[in-house]
Amino acid sequence: MKTIYKKLLFLVLLLPFSVLAQNALNGTVLDKISGQPIPGVNVNVQGTTNGVSADFDGKFQLTNVKKGDKIVFSFIGYKNTVVSYAAQKALTVSLEEDQNQLKEVVIQVGYGTVKKKDATGAVTVLSAKDFNKGPVTSADQMIQGKVAGLQIINGGGSPGVDPVIRIRSGSSLSASNDPLYVIDGVPVANGGVEGGRNPLATINQNNIESISVLKDASATAIYGSRASNGVIIITTKKGKAGELQVSYNGNLQVSQITKKVDALSSTQFKEFVAANGNAAQQAIVGTANTDWQDEIYRTAIGTDHNVALSGGVDNVVYRASVGYANLNGILKRDNLQRTSLGANVTGNFFDKHLKVEINSNTSVIKSNYSTGGAIGGAVSYDPSQPVRKADGTYFQWQTSPTEINQLAGVNPVSQIEQQNNYGSFYRSIGNIQLDYKMHFLPELKAVANFGYDQMTGTGYGNTATDYRNGFSGSGYNNTYKNLESRDNKLMDLYLNYNKKVESIDTQFDVTGGYTYQDFKESKNKSSYNFERNVTNKELFTPTRINLQSFFARTNITVADKYLLTMSLRRDGTSRFTDNYRWSNFPAVAVGWKLNEENFLKDVETISNLKLRGGWGITGQQNIGKSYPSIPLYLASNSAAQYQLGDTFYTTYRPEPYNSNLKWEQTTTVNVGLDFGLFNNRFTGSVDAYQRVTKDLLLFTYNPSFFGFSNQDNYNIGTIDNKGLELAAEVIPVRNDNFQWTIGGNVTFQDSKITKLTTTQDNTPGLTDVGSIDGGTGNYIQSHQVGYAPNSFYVYEQAYGTDGKPLDGVFIDRNKDGIVNESDKYRFHKPAADVFYAFNTSVTYKNWDMGMNWRGSWGNYNYNNVDSNKGVYNNVLTRNTDLNNGVANLLETGFAKSNDFQLHSDYYIQNASFIRLDNVSVGYTFNQKENATSLVKLTLSAQNILTITKYDGLDPEIASKSDNTSGIDKNLYPRPITFTLGLNVNF
Amino acid sequence: MKNIYKQLLGIYLLLLVLTFASCTNDLIQSPDNGDSVPGNEFFSTPESYKQNLAKLYAGFATSGQQGPAGKPDISGIDEGTSQYIRGFWMMQELTTDEAVIGWNDGTIKDFHSQSWTSSDSFIGATFARFSFQIVNCNEFLRQTTDEKLAARGVDATLKTEIATYRAEARFLRAITYWHLIDTFGSGSLVTEDSPTNFYYPDYASRADLYKFIDEELTAVTPLLKAPKTNEKYRVDQAAAWMLQAKLYMNAKVYIGVDHYAEAVPLVNKIIASPYTIHTNYNQLFLADNDKNGAQNEFIFAIAFDGLHTQTYGGTTFLTHAAVGGSMNAAQFGINGGWAGIRTTAAFVDKFDANTTDTRGQFYKDGQTKEIKDLGTFTDGYAIQKFRNVDVNGVQGSDKSGDFSDSDFPIFRLADAYLMYTECAIRGAAGANMASAVTYVNTLRTRAKGATISQGDLTLNFILDERGRELHWEGHRRTDLIRFGKFTGGAYLWPFKGGAVGGSPTQSYRNLFPIPATALASNQKLQQNPGY
Repeated sequence: MKTIYKKLLFLVLLLPFSVLAQNALNGTVLDKISGQPIPGVNVNVQGTTNGVSADFDGKFQLTNVKKGDKIVFSFIGYKNTVVSYAAQKALTVSLEEDQNQLKEVVIQVGYGTVKKKDATGAVTVLSAKDFNKGPVTSADQMIQGKVAGLQIINGGGSPGVDPVIRIRSGSSLSASNDPLYVIDGVPVANGGVEGGRNPLATINQNNIESISVLKDASATAIYGSRASNGVIIITTKKGKAGELQVSYNGNLQVSQITKKVDALSSTQFKEFVAANGNAAQQAIVGTANTDWQDEIYRTAIGTDHNVALSGGVDNVVYRASVGYANLNGILKRDNLQRTSLGANVTGNFFDKHLKVEINSNTSVIKSNYSTGGAIGGAVSYDPSQPVRKADGTYFQWQTSPTEINQLAGVNPVSQIEQQNNYGSFYRSIGNIQLDYKMHFLPELKAVANFGYDQMTGTGYGNTATDYRNGFSGSGYNNTYKNLESRDNKLMDLYLNYNKKVESIDTQFDVTGGYTYQDFKESKNKSSYNFERNVTNKELFTPTRINLQSFFARTNITVADKYLLTMSLRRDGTSRFTDNYRWSNFPAVAVGWKLNEENFLKDVETISNLKLRGGWGITGQQNIGKSYPSIPLYLASNSAAQYQLGDTFYTTYRPEPYNSNLKWEQTTTVNVGLDFGLFNNRFTGSVDAYQRVTKDLLLFTYNPSFFGFSNQDNYNIGTIDNKGLELAAEVIPVRNDNFQWTIGGNVTFQDSKITKLTTTQDNTPGLTDVGSIDGGTGNYIQSHQVGYAPNSFYVYEQAYGTDGKPLDGVFIDRNKDGIVNESDKYRFHKPAADVFYAFNTSVTYKNWDMGMNWRGSWGNYNYNNVDSNKGVYNNVLTRNTDLNNGVANLLETGFAKSNDFQLHSDYYIQNASFIRLDNVSVGYTFNQKENATSLVKLTLSAQNILTITKYDGLDPEIASKSDNTSGIDKNLYPRPITFTLGLNVNF
Repeated sequence: MKNIYKQLLGIYLLLLVLTFASCTNDLIQSPDNGDSVPGNEFFSTPESYKQNLAKLYAGFATSGQQGPAGKPDISGIDEGTSQYIRGFWMMQELTTDEAVIGWNDGTIKDFHSQSWTSSDSFIGATFARFSFQIVNCNEFLRQTTDEKLAARGVDATLKTEIATYRAEARFLRAITYWHLIDTFGSGSLVTEDSPTNFYYPDYASRADLYKFIDEELTAVTPLLKAPKTNEKYRVDQAAAWMLQAKLYMNAKVYIGVDHYAEAVPLVNKIIASPYTIHTNYNQLFLADNDKNGAQNEFIFAIAFDGLHTQTYGGTTFLTHAAVGGSMNAAQFGINGGWAGIRTTAAFVDKFDANTTDTRGQFYKDGQTKEIKDLGTFTDGYAIQKFRNVDVNGVQGSDKSGDFSDSDFPIFRLADAYLMYTECAIRGAAGANMASAVTYVNTLRTRAKGATISQGDLTLNFILDERGRELHWEGHRRTDLIRFGKFTGGAYLWPFKGGAVGGSPTQSYRNLFPIPATALASNQKLQQNPGY
């Protein structure tokens, strides 16, 4: 490396001796640190239009250079370097990375990369500086609020809980709406296994270099079969050649509950029963004053440490890291311990013609889940009863001294203390990629990528011998053990040809290949009932799903101004039968770099201006069933046998199947504009899209008297999604000591079901959507033509002149004289019309400070806590036990819980909100100029403030575990978390 | 040098091609172990036929392949609610004077007020259950044709055996069609000859279904085993006679033609068969009713077992849901009540206040006779009919007290006695009043009730007597309709029509609506008048 400098210095010194002459200059551009060639660097003679860009090997030839010309080397992400031409024949220039500039040099686009400035699709790239600070356990938390069109709702306050992630809202109804995650080239399975937590938690957040979010079809179509809901590409950090670098990241977290459900206090409760209960009920009111929510929550402390080593010699670089996190949840006993290992090695051989890259990310997570049921239990458990009785045993409702009250709730503290629910989970994701540039044709590259994604998990637990006092039927001494494993394999083989044809000033980047993916899953779930002395096994058939694809993509760049991307993917899935197995997914996109045009080139204020337009089709086949289109018989387990004669027979049932099942197809049209003004101090993008999904894979009704069940999978229906996304970042101040950045994004979205059945278009929709608490088998949402998916399906509450809802009075909307099921209507939806985020950061000398706000508008929740616990007869249900109610009970005075009350639109409440997600302050200790060593302290707070009109605990409600959104029933409260972080590099 | 690279590239491409060829086969996947068996392999074992037949019977007992819940047969509803007996029972009993329910499960209270709509999920689930059962019977018949059996090399003994299975499958299909004709009236008529590829089945009217059931029963009876010669729980000729007799007795309702006389010879055959009346009424509904003698009275019973045949429907539902208030769950062999179903004062009044009749098994302690609030369990007397204990009071096989062992009788001999009596009262040829009196008194004597004389035998009497003997066994709605008292104002009971004292309802509610989901997914179906 040093010799390059010397050479440069020498050349510079020679300059004054050179004479004016026109010449050709050959040279190479390298990365200063890695010494790798940088392709695409702009090489221009200052003040002229004379310029070229470096080829794939960083080589360039510049003609018509005069002695004394200033040659400017520029490339996004690097500092401009100016060299005076001194008639040298060859020149090697090393560019230094510009820490201040956006690092969005290249975007991972699947089977290759593209320069951000040449991207034609709707893509957002985030790197370390963009990530959210503070306590994160998985990748999703780092990018929440950072990308227009990307909505992330975590499942609650438990560490490592599954988030619900949607890119441009969902394109499917019954099929998965999760985006595809690609980690270092390996598309990973979404959904975990038994004993697991959030699948994204496998990657230690400290190891993530960048995250690309691919939103429109022109960007995602190359991922074809799994890309209908967008793609999130995670690239881990790689080593850099040079001395051994050690990096430590650690933090200490303290979390605390900020808001509890407004259950009645014991005083309110006692007054309520005294006023409204009957004699028997009044007699069983206790004398204690227990705040059950206080009893189950705690201040939680957690720590997270990660150490990474990186380094390497000329042609082999490596990075390895070890992380350990021990995080407590605010619910007593809730704990997650994660050990993560990350390693990668990159080697270049045969004169850099062969590149070998090996990545592996492994994590082991041990969980104590505590008992989530205690959260709801603590709201409704009688506050006049003690946690423990005088004899030290837990208070429980009983119908007699020897009989447990089956209908009554369980003491929430005993639920936590007397039940064990553990998980242990192992996941490893890794790949080896061989990248071979042909010796005889360096423009042609052959790539082979072999990847795996393996998970095994165990969920296990038991109830104590004295659970619910050990009475018959209490479920005491029961145990369960659930094993699950998944083994996914991947192979990509492709060729890439990248050449600039100078004669027509056109760059061709052509990729074609084949990918093979295989998914295996097996499960073994059993539970042992102590009293019955019987072990029951859950049915499971080991499954295997296979996907294969052929793909091709061409990027054509004309005159560095006009961009064209075409891709075609042909996908096959084992889920469908021969006739419907394969489908083609094409995409086309164009881009026009207006700033490169002559009429704008000299306009100083415009640093970047690009128009984009794209169209493409993506496919979806990811439905719950693995074998949906072939006939199968399913055995019964030992508890669903049938007796004929004196023998219990295992029964076999033919399973419903649809051999005509085919690919669901989503067509996306996207128009976008990227801009950068004032030397990229004001950057941003605007995207408008329309996504139409047809042949929806829908789990819907069979015609009666046809098919082996009442419902099966069909390709029926259409959803129309539209949206507008705006994102911008401004740097009002930027100088050596002080930088202030303001960023924000806003997304407008609208989705509507436009077709739902093959026969009639308007009756009756699918109404078994969004299961709620209260009664058995009740739902609150529906899918219906003309409405947004998951629209709330409710009765219209009548109100008195005082504005209070009238108990049991509902509007006869169809005016047939009777209020019944036919009077239900669709009223709002859980999805937001608009969601937005705003962040700002300030760097002053050694200090830095950041703040993130996030909000949404037009989203509604069904307040299931109030509907289920805000009714008199749910407090005074029986004479044998009492439940607590919520404050809403005193407001409405609703006496009876029933179908109408449960489905009243009174409980559909506006859940628009603005939230201060995160504030952080950091201090970097006397860092020397250009030194890689660093000591930095960060103090941050997470989930600080929520401004909302919503009455419930938290306006942001989505649950991945029961696949619902906007139904507020048993939310694990999101705590405020303070984090003290330390980052040391040396 | 370059040649070597070209050769390497050649080998690479060759490998690629070979890989594709072997890989594309991986796109054809089917399970090779576990609980699922590919359809084309399933019938490769001799046991498979009986295992599939077992599912046709189990369709009345379990709600899915994983007891008590998981892998449901019917989607879109709470699995326990989709169980055959529970769904049918709710339609037959909650709609009448015999039962009310206090729960908040969706539109469940609409049953009693007779205000259900075509969107009712309970009604939808039962319609789906009927469809499920019929389609499964058809598939069994399709898979056991002579050609198929011959092709699979099934031996002669098994073939004879399978012939009986087939007759039983046809009977089971017929009884579900009877339930359909009785509750929904119409539907689609599908048989083993119906297409297996996607299509919209044609509409079949009540008359079409009636004709099919009638002819089918006539055809299938000789193929069934003689009464009480089949294995336990499997049907024989007596069940077919019973079903056909019931079809005839309700013919006036179904097709507007009186066929009581045709029922009489069938009922006579049943009475003459080896089935016998058990000595103790209350023991008919206990955990050991498959061996305490009750089984000799059961012509067709659905088998439940606390360990092996678990469901949240069936007798588990009928036992748990009927216990609440101050009732002692242990006496019912369960770990606790679900505090749901009771009865109305109108039904209580079918028994004299001071009756010794053990069929009136009301639980009154802490319960009020009159109902103020349907949601309060203690409003209305509880009924203590189904119990998960044996004749000695010992709990059934599930020691945790969740699931019941009691079998549920669909047809029992006592019903045949009362059918005979009704035919006699209606003056049907071949039935005489003297025998009728004997039959009625046999039942009353067993229940330690007062005997009656011929003069007591009126239509009103036999309707009430059927209630006393057969309440909560899934007959009441059909009976009330046959006597013209289900809808309209001729007979009011508490909360009928939604009013505390009962109010008249419209006659179209004698039929349930074809579910809206069914109409939406097949436009060939026709909604019943009034809905």
